[in-house]
Amino acid sequence: MDATLRRTLVSYVSGFVLSILLTLGAYIAVTQHDFAGTVLVAVIIGLAIVQVLVQLFFFLHLGQETRPRWKLAVLLFMLVILGILVFGSLWIMQNLNYHMMSPERMNIYMIDQNSRGF
Amino acid sequence: MNTELVAKTRADKTIFGFWVYIMTDCVLFATLFATYAVLRNNVADGPSGHDIFNMPYALAETLILLTSSFTSGLVMLAMRMDKLRLVLFWLAVTFALGLSFVVMELTEFAHLIGEGHGPQTSAFLSSFFTLVGTHGLHISIGLLWILVMGAFLVRKGLTEHTKRRLEMFSIFWHFLDVVWVFIFTIVFLMGVA
Repeated sequence: MDATLRRTLVSYVSGFVLSILLTLGAYIAVTQHDFAGTVLVAVIIGLAIVQVLVQLFFFLHLGQETRPRWKLAVLLFMLVILGILVFGSLWIMQNLNYHMMSPERMNIYMIDQNSRGF
Repeated sequence: MNTELVAKTRADKTIFGFWVYIMTDCVLFATLFATYAVLRNNVADGPSGHDIFNMPYALAETLILLTSSFTSGLVMLAMRMDKLRLVLFWLAVTFALGLSFVVMELTEFAHLIGEGHGPQTSAFLSSFFTLVGTHGLHISIGLLWILVMGAFLVRKGLTEHTKRRLEMFSIFWHFLDVVWVFIFTIVFLMGVA
C-alpha cells in the first residue's frame, strides 16, 4: 500500500471514529439532561454541524479538491439556498403565528371593543 | 497520454455533474426539513415526538448507517488498489448494513402506524413520515444501485466505466449519511430534548 492510499485509509478511519464520538456525545447530552432547553439544542446542533464538516473533509475529501474549487462553490451556493428556505420558512411562519390571535383572545378583544361603543 | 487526459477530464465532468445533482437533492431535503421544523409542534392532540420516539433504536439506526458510510469509503480504497474481490466484499457489507437500516426503519414505521400514530394523525406526523420516508426511499434506491453495480463489476471487472460509477455511488452514500445526521439531530434528539 503506497503513501497516498495509506493517507486515504487514515482519513476514512479518523472520520469514522470522530463521527461515532460526536453522535454518542450528542446522544448522551440529550439522554443525561446535562444542559437545559436552549443550551442543549445549541449543543446538539453544534455537534451535528461539526460532524457534517468532519464527513465532508474525511469521507468526501472536499479539502483535497484542486483549484478551481467548483464542488465547494456549488456546495456553498446550496447552503445559501438551504439557509433562505429553512430560516425563511421558520421566520415567516413564526411571524404569522405571532400575529394570529387565539379564539379566546379574539373574544376578549371583541368584548373590549364593544364595551367602548364601537 | 492525450486520450488518457481526455478520458480523465470526461470522468471528472461526470462526477462533478453528479455532485451538482446531490446538491439539488440537498435543497429537496431542505424543503422537507423546513416543513418539519414549521409543523413539529402541530400535534393536533396526538402524540408528540417525546411520546413516540424510541431513542436507543434511533441511535442503533444511526450507527448502522454511519458504519455503512465508512465501508463505502473502504470500497473506494479497494477500488484504488484495483482489488476486485475486496471491492465486492465491502460493497456486500455496505449493502447488508443499508438493508438492515431500511428494515429497521420500516419496522419502526409499521409499529407507529399499528399504534395509531400514522401520517394522517397530525401535521407533525405527516411531515415526520415525509422527511424520514424520503430518506429511506433514497437508501432503498441506493441498495438497488449496489445490486446493479455488483452485477456490472462481476461481468466487466474494474474498468474506467465501473470505477466512475463506484465513485458516484460513494458520494451518494456519504451524502445520505450526512442527511441522516441532521434527521437524527433535528427530528429525534430535538424531539425529546
